[in-house]
Amino acid sequence: MADIADTGMASAPARAETLKTADGTPLKAALAHAAKRARRRAFLLVAPLLAFVVLTFVAPIGQMLYRSVANDGFSANMPNLVRWFAENPETEPDESAYAALAADLALAAEARTIGVVGTRINYDVSGTRSLFTSAGRRAARLEAPYREALLDLDEEWGSPALWSAMRAASAAHTPNFYIAALDRQVDPEEGIVSVPEDQRIYVPLFWRTMMISAVIAGICLLLGFPVAHLLATLPMRLSNLLMILVLLPFWTSLLVRTTSWMVLLQSEGVVNDVLVSFGIVADDARIQMMYNQAGTIIAMTHILLPFMILPLYSVMRTIPPSYVRAARSLGANNWTAFWRVYVPQTVPGIGAGVLLVFILAVGYYITPALVGGSSGQLFSNMIAFHMTRSLNWSMAAALAALLLGAILLLYWLYDRLIGIDNMKFG
Amino acid sequence: MTDPTADKAFVAFERVQKSYDGETLVVKDLNLAIGKGEFLTMLGPSGSGKTTCLMMLAGFETATHGEIRLGGRPINNIPPHKRGIGMVFQNYALFPHMTVAENLAFPLEVRKMGKAEIEAKVKRALDMVQMGAFGGRRPAQLSGGQQQRIALARALVFDAELVLMDEPLGALDKQLREHMQFEIKHLHENLGITVVYVTHDQGEALTMSDRVAVFNDGVIQQLAPPDELYERPQNAFVAQFIGENNKLHGVVEELNGGRAVVRLDSGEVIDAAAVNVGGKGRRTLVSVRPERVEQREDMSAPGLDAEVLEFIYMGDVFRTRLRVAGSDEFVIKSRNGQGQRRLQPGEKIRIGWATEDARALDA
Ligand SMILES: Nc1ncnc2c1ncn2[C@@H]1O[C@H](COP(=O)(O)OP(=O)(O)O)[C@@H](O)[C@H]1O
Ligand SMILES: [Mg+2]
Repeated sequence: MADIADTGMASAPARAETLKTADGTPLKAALAHAAKRARRRAFLLVAPLLAFVVLTFVAPIGQMLYRSVANDGFSANMPNLVRWFAENPETEPDESAYAALAADLALAAEARTIGVVGTRINYDVSGTRSLFTSAGRRAARLEAPYREALLDLDEEWGSPALWSAMRAASAAHTPNFYIAALDRQVDPEEGIVSVPEDQRIYVPLFWRTMMISAVIAGICLLLGFPVAHLLATLPMRLSNLLMILVLLPFWTSLLVRTTSWMVLLQSEGVVNDVLVSFGIVADDARIQMMYNQAGTIIAMTHILLPFMILPLYSVMRTIPPSYVRAARSLGANNWTAFWRVYVPQTVPGIGAGVLLVFILAVGYYITPALVGGSSGQLFSNMIAFHMTRSLNWSMAAALAALLLGAILLLYWLYDRLIGIDNMKFG
Repeated sequence: MTDPTADKAFVAFERVQKSYDGETLVVKDLNLAIGKGEFLTMLGPSGSGKTTCLMMLAGFETATHGEIRLGGRPINNIPPHKRGIGMVFQNYALFPHMTVAENLAFPLEVRKMGKAEIEAKVKRALDMVQMGAFGGRRPAQLSGGQQQRIALARALVFDAELVLMDEPLGALDKQLREHMQFEIKHLHENLGITVVYVTHDQGEALTMSDRVAVFNDGVIQQLAPPDELYERPQNAFVAQFIGENNKLHGVVEELNGGRAVVRLDSGEVIDAAAVNVGGKGRRTLVSVRPERVEQREDMSAPGLDAEVLEFIYMGDVFRTRLRVAGSDEFVIKSRNGQGQRRLQPGEKIRIGWATEDARALDA
């Protein structure tokens, strides 16, 4: 830069040249270098947390989502038939197909994977698991012509539905679990159709879950609003005491709380006994408050109430009393001041509380399982059923993914309507 | 208007007491009559009960004892929203979820006014505070001074005859505060409303008010127009709270008429106006304003000997700190005028004052 020191005039064009640091490296490069170092240090700081989140959160969810579209129980164990399906698209099964089937059945029986294969097809065509296992036991003794030999074993081997299910399962990836989770099925002629009305399970259950969760969130709001208001306005000493009462349920086991509701509300329970002893209800007409929807709603409202109260409280605490006073001094009566000035300012808390309670309720499992009976079961109970009873993990994953999608949709809607940054959790 | 008698006052507190905890009185036996159209300021240190008085008048606190009347009617049992009193809060309390225009329309809507009428009134109120262009904004989008104006407009929009303001300028910077004092004063004059104004800033109280009630410890120490308050404080608290003030402690030696002869603790004897002294032999505090002290050329003239400790140049005035009667805190102020000499530290001078400028008060 020595050349620009001569005249003031020279400095203008010189500025267009690259600026340099004291040791001669271009300023831009030096800046990028410094910024990169800072970024690397920042990344190293968060790396352990990032690894933890990836390991415990992203990976399992990713795996679950993958499982909902992938099941290689059939495709990995039936290589001959898979090849035949690939080579003969859209053809009816002929002798060569049956030959491949027989060979695969023998292979799978040998490798003791015939159960896995049967389970996979059983998801789509119920009652076929035993078809595979029993054929597997005799597969080694089958002889050509295989078509007749297999049909001799069981007429079912000729069923078009079975063959279309096997064709679908020959691909490791399938949308079938989602189709089933939406109470639909693949019809060979008409494509994707709804299952008959009386066989629909998941969609009605989904809506019932949404409805029950909405009712629970609504009741929590009605009950929680006055409590949060009290918490925010009582003198410190009293409000601390009340806060302990609100938080007390958190320190008690979920199971204990749920069972105490059972003790209270079952037909031989405390509440019914009291009502009967006062003659309010007849002994043979005890009120059913457990093992149905009412039980689920009552117990879950109690359990989720703190999640409504805390965000509401944290918002209400920041509303100075002068707003309501100002409204009153401007001529509004108590109700108008409350409704038009106080409530609008609690909207971020209402939004946060309702969303929190709703999302927690939608995914709730233990309480409805214990007190829900059959009418009070929620969507997660169905997921649990597929995880632990039917062992159809892909189905469980598809249902869970649908639930996740619904919640994300809700979250998006909330963001559009109220704005996520308006939400206050405390 | 300066001294309304209690029975024809617009606002009257009569023997009002207030306790929050049932143990201590926050307001003790308050009697105050405010005339229609008056600008009355409650001035006092923090915690002296000013806000409590205002809240009782607005209806947010109930008086533990006594009666409050508005326009001759007792209002103790009237809820706040039926009192029709405009109020400006310290933090403005503009509703954050409403626009400026909606804020102003609120008091009119709850009074069930027609849409057109509301619109006209809102516009007029906004124009009145020169905020006509801001009706569509949210309070959060306004500066502190603008919010202040809106709060003022909202308290005035429903034609309240009485407006209460609780330290409304407390959050503004000095320059804006002085400007707003001026505007509030003008609105008061133009609209003919009655204003009860609370502040702990004595300058604000003196420049704006018709009368000032000086509060301390739940009691009105003095209720007077600003000039009288400044020049003729009735007790030691008022003398010290308002303006700068030199204190001389001593004992009353003689009392005749309005005059007291006081022997100071250092032994000198001075004359003072007997304003609030117990009697002969009682301790007293003589208060002299710095600007009323003069330097005497004649070293034997009536007055006190002084030694210059410090000279401070303040532009329009000189401020000189002296040792007088054993105290190092005696201050005199002199105008920076033609030929005014600057005193040097260590100089020995003689000071004096007109007898009525030295006020013997309760010790
Ligand atoms: N809501 C209240 N509950 C209990 N004490 C209060 C309450 N409001 C004010 N006080 C007490 O009353 C006294 C006077 O307060 P306040 O009227 O706010 O004074 P100021 O406005 O002059 O600062 C203070 O000692 C204060 O602690
Ligand atoms: Mg106050």
